[in-house]
Amino acid sequence: MPQVFHRSSNTLARLSIVTGAALLVSTVLIGSNLSRSPYVTQVGAPVDQPVPFSHKHHVKELGIDCRYCHSTVENSAVASVPPTHTCMSCHSQVWTNSPLLEPIRQSYLNGTPVQWNKVYDLPDFVYFNHSIHVQKGIGCNTCHGPIHEMNITYKAQPLSMSWCLDCHRQPEKYIRPREEVFNVNYQPPANQLELGAKLVKQYNIQKGQLTDCSICHR
Amino acid sequence: MQQQIVRTEPAERLIEGGHSYESITHKIGSVVLSYKHPKAWYVVTAIAAAGVFMLITSIAWLLLRGVGIWGINQPVGWGFAIINFVWWIGIGHAGTLISAILLLLRQQWRTSINRFAEAMTIFAVMCAGMFPLLHVGRPWVAYWLLPIPNWTGAWPQFRSPLIWDVFAVTTYFTVSLLFWFTGLIPDFATLRDRAKKRISQVIFGVLAMGWRNSAKHWHRYDAAYLLLAGLSTPLVVSVHSIVSLDFAVSLIPGWHTTIFPPYFVAGAIYSGFAMVLTLVIPIRAWYKMQDFLTMKHLDWMAKIMLATGLIVFYGYIMEMFTAFYSANQYEQYLVANRFFGPYAPYFWALLICNGLIPQVLWSPKVRQNVALLFIIALIVNIGMWLERFVIVVTSLHRDFLPTSWGMYYPTVWDWGLYLGTIGFFTFMMFLFVRFVPMISIFEMRDLLHQTDRHHPAAATTAAATPVAHTEVTP
Repeated sequence: MPQVFHRSSNTLARLSIVTGAALLVSTVLIGSNLSRSPYVTQVGAPVDQPVPFSHKHHVKELGIDCRYCHSTVENSAVASVPPTHTCMSCHSQVWTNSPLLEPIRQSYLNGTPVQWNKVYDLPDFVYFNHSIHVQKGIGCNTCHGPIHEMNITYKAQPLSMSWCLDCHRQPEKYIRPREEVFNVNYQPPANQLELGAKLVKQYNIQKGQLTDCSICHR
Repeated sequence: MQQQIVRTEPAERLIEGGHSYESITHKIGSVVLSYKHPKAWYVVTAIAAAGVFMLITSIAWLLLRGVGIWGINQPVGWGFAIINFVWWIGIGHAGTLISAILLLLRQQWRTSINRFAEAMTIFAVMCAGMFPLLHVGRPWVAYWLLPIPNWTGAWPQFRSPLIWDVFAVTTYFTVSLLFWFTGLIPDFATLRDRAKKRISQVIFGVLAMGWRNSAKHWHRYDAAYLLLAGLSTPLVVSVHSIVSLDFAVSLIPGWHTTIFPPYFVAGAIYSGFAMVLTLVIPIRAWYKMQDFLTMKHLDWMAKIMLATGLIVFYGYIMEMFTAFYSANQYEQYLVANRFFGPYAPYFWALLICNGLIPQVLWSPKVRQNVALLFIIALIVNIGMWLERFVIVVTSLHRDFLPTSWGMYYPTVWDWGLYLGTIGFFTFMMFLFVRFVPMISIFEMRDLLHQTDRHHPAAATTAAATPVAHTEVTP
């Protein structure tokens, strides 16, 4: 009876073990790196908007406070996207004929809100409240990045659970004095951990509870 | 199988019909290599394939719409998914018991059924695994159950028995699969050497992984097989113990009992042997394997069923006694609710199927009656499913607060998925019978060798070379 396999099959068989192991490892590595990459998380990718609104112009160049537009951020779960009226409080006077602002004027005339596209879209099973973070000394740009440098707004953080937990496990790494929350130019001091630990205590932040499931998943 | 094992008792005649080494190889191997199969094989496989389509449909609709298509809701959040999970995992246990514990206990009669029962284990665990994965609602992130550094940045909850389940079941599946495949390697080599067509030679050749029947191969094989048997042995006890802890660790009346682990293990082996009998009896008749799967085998399996059934029944009685003795109103209400509540018919049916009817197995006449044995095995299968139904549903549907009481009604999708897994299981078993030797060829040859040593008269009917291991497969 002739041999079923050629001699080279032995090498192929050994090679297949190595290849199989390598394939397994590389699949896991590729999968885990891909899922963290900006390609999936969309970090740094500007989101198209009906009006090319520039935070850089309004915040840095004009010096408008965050709360002028996001007026409910201190008292409510949502920071709130401003109504057209807020835009028109200035733009009824300045840039009244700009073609870029046409959707705003249309919205004002028709009474239909502008359909802005969400940049920070948390999963529905996550309960997030802006006011508690603001009250406990988490600055706007801790999560929203260099918003005062953004022409078109993009996501600055991946919004992964591990990213949330990073701060919930060690809030002292990111916390700042309450009065600095809306300061986009705030630089953490050299002794951040020391100051942070003090503020955590002062603001009565219960670190033990911060990683309870029900803190975010209610 | 192991040469070094000295058998103290004279082995009984476990192979009938005056077989030789060659005739054993031919009888079992030709099922795989021939194209002629009993009509029943085609009929059952076709029906089972329809079941597979039902399974696919049920899963697809579930993934599109979510677990809301099932009957689960408050207060019964664990419906068919957990019932069927426990039922299927239990069925797998007979395979592990036969292949591991009976091997270590040197029970030679396991040789005829171990291959078959191990295949059953693997397919049953596949069916079982589907249910919790689908029940989590979003199976595509089910890898969060594994302790790998994923992007949630959180470990699974190691204090939860549901996580212990993940480890228990994945270990169980891996070890069972390795055990099964290791046992198959010498037989794949036999088939490779007997196959006439090039494609069969290549497929069986790859599966045989270069097996050449050398003494070195056998030496390593024996060591590996014994090691895997040692690894599997604790799994017989641990897997269903952990499954029972899903219930026992909670504080729900009827679940929170210490008897659960041993009672679940006994129930698992009970239902496993019932499933082996359910499948072996028809297949043995269709493929005319009565010489290898003798009445003695059926008799012993029936006895194990009777013994484990009695342990399970003892468990039922202890549950009632504990409730009475605890003087706890919730525990006592649970027992009363089982006997007289809205699910009472299920409970009474369970007592009849699992407790009463199997008692006829005390009679040797019943154990020798193949048709009756088949019916009893089917009844036990149903009874064990009812047991899980009663455990899951009666405890949940009326808990501590009467305001939150409710009823559980399975929907058509619950049934579709459940019957679909039965179809899948049957389909896989029949494919197994068709494409893999359903009885271990080389172990049967070895068994013949062992028994011939003790029955020299029979040796004349057997082949001339009594050394099975070094025999060159024709």
